[in-house]
Amino acid sequence: MTPVKLYPPKPEKVYFFGTCLVDAFYPEAGLDGIRLLEREGIEVLFPEDQTCCGQPAYTSGYQSEARAVAAAQLRLFPDPWPIIVPSGSCGGMMRTHYPQLFAGSDQEAQASEVAGRIYELTEFLLHVCQLKLEDRGQPEKVVMHTSCSARREMGLGETGPMLLARMGQVELVGQARAAECCGFGGTFAVRHPEVSAAMVEDKTQAIEGTGVRHFVTSDCGCLMNINGRFEHQKKSIQGEHIASYLWRRTS
Amino acid sequence: MSVEIYTPRAFHRQAHDALGNPQIRSNFRRAMDGLMTKRRDVFSDWDLETLRDLGANIRLRALAKLPDLLEQLETNCEANGIRVHWAEDGEEACRIVRELCESHGAKAVIKGKSMVSEEMHLNAHLEEAGIEALESDLGEYLVQLNDQTPSHIIMPAIHLNTDEISDIMHEKTGIERTRDVDTMTAAARTQLRERFMNADVGVSGVNFAVAETGTLCLVENEGNGRMTTTVPPVHIAVTGIEKVVEHLRDVPPLYALLTRSATGQHVTTYFNMISSPRKPGEHDGPKEVHLVLVDNGRSNIYQDNELLDTLRCIRCGACMNHCPVYTRVGGHSYGTTYPGPIGSILMPHMLGLEETKDLPTASSLCGACGEVCPVKIPIPDLLVRLRREAVGEGRGNVPGAGVKRTKKEAAAWKSWQWLATHPSAWRTSLLMAGKLRGLTPTRFGPWTQYRTALKPAKQSLHALVKSHRRDRDGEDNS
Repeated sequence: MTPVKLYPPKPEKVYFFGTCLVDAFYPEAGLDGIRLLEREGIEVLFPEDQTCCGQPAYTSGYQSEARAVAAAQLRLFPDPWPIIVPSGSCGGMMRTHYPQLFAGSDQEAQASEVAGRIYELTEFLLHVCQLKLEDRGQPEKVVMHTSCSARREMGLGETGPMLLARMGQVELVGQARAAECCGFGGTFAVRHPEVSAAMVEDKTQAIEGTGVRHFVTSDCGCLMNINGRFEHQKKSIQGEHIASYLWRRTS
Repeated sequence: MSVEIYTPRAFHRQAHDALGNPQIRSNFRRAMDGLMTKRRDVFSDWDLETLRDLGANIRLRALAKLPDLLEQLETNCEANGIRVHWAEDGEEACRIVRELCESHGAKAVIKGKSMVSEEMHLNAHLEEAGIEALESDLGEYLVQLNDQTPSHIIMPAIHLNTDEISDIMHEKTGIERTRDVDTMTAAARTQLRERFMNADVGVSGVNFAVAETGTLCLVENEGNGRMTTTVPPVHIAVTGIEKVVEHLRDVPPLYALLTRSATGQHVTTYFNMISSPRKPGEHDGPKEVHLVLVDNGRSNIYQDNELLDTLRCIRCGACMNHCPVYTRVGGHSYGTTYPGPIGSILMPHMLGLEETKDLPTASSLCGACGEVCPVKIPIPDLLVRLRREAVGEGRGNVPGAGVKRTKKEAAAWKSWQWLATHPSAWRTSLLMAGKLRGLTPTRFGPWTQYRTALKPAKQSLHALVKSHRRDRDGEDNS
């Protein structure tokens, strides 16, 4: 049986960990996430010294470098507020791998404590904020790609679709092999570019095959990969982060 | 069809070739889609997570007691009349099998499906000694006729489609060309039947070796396993030392997981439990049964409390069936006996990281393998562990540890570390990247071969949050 996670009541404040990809390439997605949280009456704390969760080095095997970078993030959340991450991949890194990364070190307890406060954005909006969404957009069909880390590592395959289901004018359309990886995988896309390309090619075809021109995802790694492929093919299909989609249609 | 030697060193080239081969692509895609659907359907009325927990626990318990269980297995097998042999590596295992064959003057060996015998390269070894080894599993038979190696651990010929099989059967066995699967199967059956009768020795694998009873369990669908282990006068079973389970009652849950995970079957057509050679007064069965227990790197894996999980594997192949990389590049691209995710965490121990350094990275870490593994091997974590070993940041106990570390890459990660631990430098670099975004190269290594390059945003999230705060505080004050 899958363990049942107990969610806390809606807190007064939360920390927001934007992730490096959002910081550098998709800042609007991060800001829209913050806006959604603030609209729920939550004060969002954005620790200015945040950089990267350390995952790129971690999955490349560069453990000591990953640990050094992760250690710098551990210090940023001194108060016991939940930490919201707009990415299943970075969220999974912080929730699942931080305790492993610091196992046996002085920071083990701190890493486990921080890990226990990590929430992926859609998870938090759905389960903690019990988000109510007033859809002001035109009736529209949309496809969702949930990242593998959100789906498998964090067990959040349904939080994105459940939020979309609360949008009155939005119809979520299923795609073929929805649970299959888009082929990003961080440095995988660079180390095995041709395999990665074959995977993203199939993913773009699956999305295109729905006939829907717009897709959302809760991970900017997948977004960069899938959008990059569509653009390279000169296709007009475009994706965006689910936080931007929700904010845009409800603000 | 040309004979090609695949090696793990050439993973990139082999994957490139496979990706460019529409036949390979569609053969694997279709087969893997079918296997995934079958597995999902067959488990639909089961509490799968409970069963997986049970399977994992049975395997963990067996591994925790492995040295004792192996001794118990040996004692009970010997008491049953099964002779037990120990082999430290593939070469020694081959020698044991060959010498047993030679002691019986054997010239013809018939084989049931055994991945450990593939791992040992048994057929080549026997052939060098003038002993013919013939595969009797239909898929293995086709692969052998075609001078290939298996591309999947359960379905060795999954890379071939009906037309290709038709060509092989016609060209190598002389039957009339046909696309009718039943006709081809019947032909292979007739060809093999005679070989069973004339074989001097039967060689098989083992799925579960039961310590408390000294029983060897063999799971199969074609009856060739039963023929191999009962018709020839001598039966030699070869298996890895990790295949032992403690109790007979441990077998049903593992069997239930194995067949469903592998092929989506509730049960296989045959399930053999071999507990002794022919007894006095019995009319059939082999006169001798031997069990060769092969280490081949396994006890090295066993000594590491994390890598140990690799040995839980019951060889169902579900990890490859669900792997998006395997599905696209096929089994031969890996160039190893065991392909796909399980191969990528197992083969480095057998061949060393120098040979296999590209395998642990040949995964997007999507987690599909770990999700379906019937004994819950944390395959993605083990892939990351081997990546660490490959760049010399692990425990150093995997052969070839550190071989993938380059000064250039290590320096790049050190620079990244410096930047990501100096927040003001981080913010400044994002500021600069935003200002200079017009200069972003449109070609960016392999990424832009298939995708457009992404430009850094004009303003980073750090900057956006700052102005957002200003706006909000401005509103608050007004």
